[in-house]
Amino acid sequence: MKISDKDVAYVADLAHLELTQEERIRFLRDLNSILEYVDRLNELDTSHAQPMAQMEGLQGATLDSSREDILEGLRKSLPHDIALANAPDSDGTFFRVPKVIER
Amino acid sequence: MDLQSLTIDAARAAIQERRTTAFALAEDFYLRIEKQDPEIGAYLTLSKDRALTKAAEIDALAAKGEKLPPLGGVPVAIKDVMATRDVRTTAGSKMLGNYVPPYDCTAVARMESAGAVVLGKLNCDEFAMGSSNENSAWRPVRNPRDLSRVPGGSSGGSAAAVTANMAVATLGSDTGGSIRQPASFCGVVGLMPTYGRVSRYGLIAFASSLDRIGPLAKTVTDAALVLRTIAGRDPMDSTSADVPIPDYVAELEKPVEGLKLGVPKEYFGEGLDGEVRKSVEAAIQKLAKSGCEIVPISLPHTKYAIPTYYIVATAEASSNLARFDGVRYGYRASDAHSLSEMYRRSRDQGFGPEVKRRIMLGTYALSAGYYDAYYLKAQKVRTLLAQDFALAFNKVDAIVTPTSPTPAFKLGEKVDDPLAMYLADIFTVTANLAGIPGISVPCGETKEKLPIGLQILGKHFDEATILRVGGAVEQN
Repeated sequence: MKISDKDVAYVADLAHLELTQEERIRFLRDLNSILEYVDRLNELDTSHAQPMAQMEGLQGATLDSSREDILEGLRKSLPHDIALANAPDSDGTFFRVPKVIER
Repeated sequence: MDLQSLTIDAARAAIQERRTTAFALAEDFYLRIEKQDPEIGAYLTLSKDRALTKAAEIDALAAKGEKLPPLGGVPVAIKDVMATRDVRTTAGSKMLGNYVPPYDCTAVARMESAGAVVLGKLNCDEFAMGSSNENSAWRPVRNPRDLSRVPGGSSGGSAAAVTANMAVATLGSDTGGSIRQPASFCGVVGLMPTYGRVSRYGLIAFASSLDRIGPLAKTVTDAALVLRTIAGRDPMDSTSADVPIPDYVAELEKPVEGLKLGVPKEYFGEGLDGEVRKSVEAAIQKLAKSGCEIVPISLPHTKYAIPTYYIVATAEASSNLARFDGVRYGYRASDAHSLSEMYRRSRDQGFGPEVKRRIMLGTYALSAGYYDAYYLKAQKVRTLLAQDFALAFNKVDAIVTPTSPTPAFKLGEKVDDPLAMYLADIFTVTANLAGIPGISVPCGETKEKLPIGLQILGKHFDEATILRVGGAVEQN
């Protein structure tokens, strides 16, 4: 077993998930089975391989994933009412959420 | 109008020559959807107002005798992971059940600017995570070729809609095989372009270093036409590349004679279904007869592709899906008393089991103490996988393989075994990891009449060659 039920609870917490008891048992089993399979990566010597985090330097391509900030000609922001239209709860000006600070 | 044989050019020509109208054609398709789709489940939302308004616009052009744009009046449909302004976009998830985007995905906007009539939004696995379409929060899609079987995933609705003649062509997305595998299962053409070829602005992100948008269509020519429409630099997506776009349709005219095609032995080993092997090998033989040189090659790290993929993809997904918190849009749990409880319960209730499983795996792989062992390790193996292809493409012009190790499997067959489901992508994830383009083209059927797909992989930004080889397979 690579991970324990404690790990599952910890990771769920990091991921902002609550999970039912049933789901925790299920994911404990699934994650262990998947991670066991992933272990085959350790057969490979990767000491000379650079990590590939994203596609860059593709042949002939200019991927300007880093660029200067645009100072002028910015697109207009969404109008207020449209930006709030999909909100589960709003007061017309702000998004509304449950109380953050207990008094 | 015979919808079954209707291609993009045929539809446009019929409208241009006033043999039908775009409006009547759209209505024909809606009628067909109404009749066929209840048993298939390809559509989640119909955008009739938008479609018929566009159709009327095209008809006005045709009535004036003006030349129609390349997709003028052609009925198409869009996988529900692409934002459509004022048309509900759910990503197959309860999390976005009521989400109505205020803007259009660039690929969709380009289809419409080229005259396409967007009929509606297509079912898919939740957040494009799945290989069978059984992970849709709404309903599974059934394979129109055999209703007891899955259409593949995650773009199952996009493939099923084309096969069942409920759209002339569709857009799908491919993170680990999600265009090519369903295309193969449903017997249509599915093209995943090079990373950077098509803007992803407005695509609901799954794994940003892997995600692509591409067409599913009845013919290679139609796939080429759609690619030409959606390809190219977009200032709204900094990962879209500024690379010249060839005339893909004209390129199809070139002969395949003299092309060197690599056949990697790792794609023909254990686990490959006998009938799939026979059919793919026969298709390769025919390509040899058409004058292609067949070159045996090796891609030695292939067996590490699935474990690499499921670490990289889930790590990126866990980060991308962190945005769903029930505050600005999307599902919010109603029973929460504090902010943190609201986040957790909204995510718990809004996400389905496979999405949660992947968020858990990805969060674990990125967590302190495991980052180096899993995420960093997978990134390094990814480099080796990409090098396999770079070396192979020094010797060959394209690589031919089966798209999937098996034909379409039965609904329910793999739902209880996530690892077995992940292995359905074994021949497709490699191209996503390496950033190269791939296409699946029908190359035969099993005894049970299930479609089989041949996959053709190409060099970065060389969609023209794989389309050309695909065209030759289609001719044969």
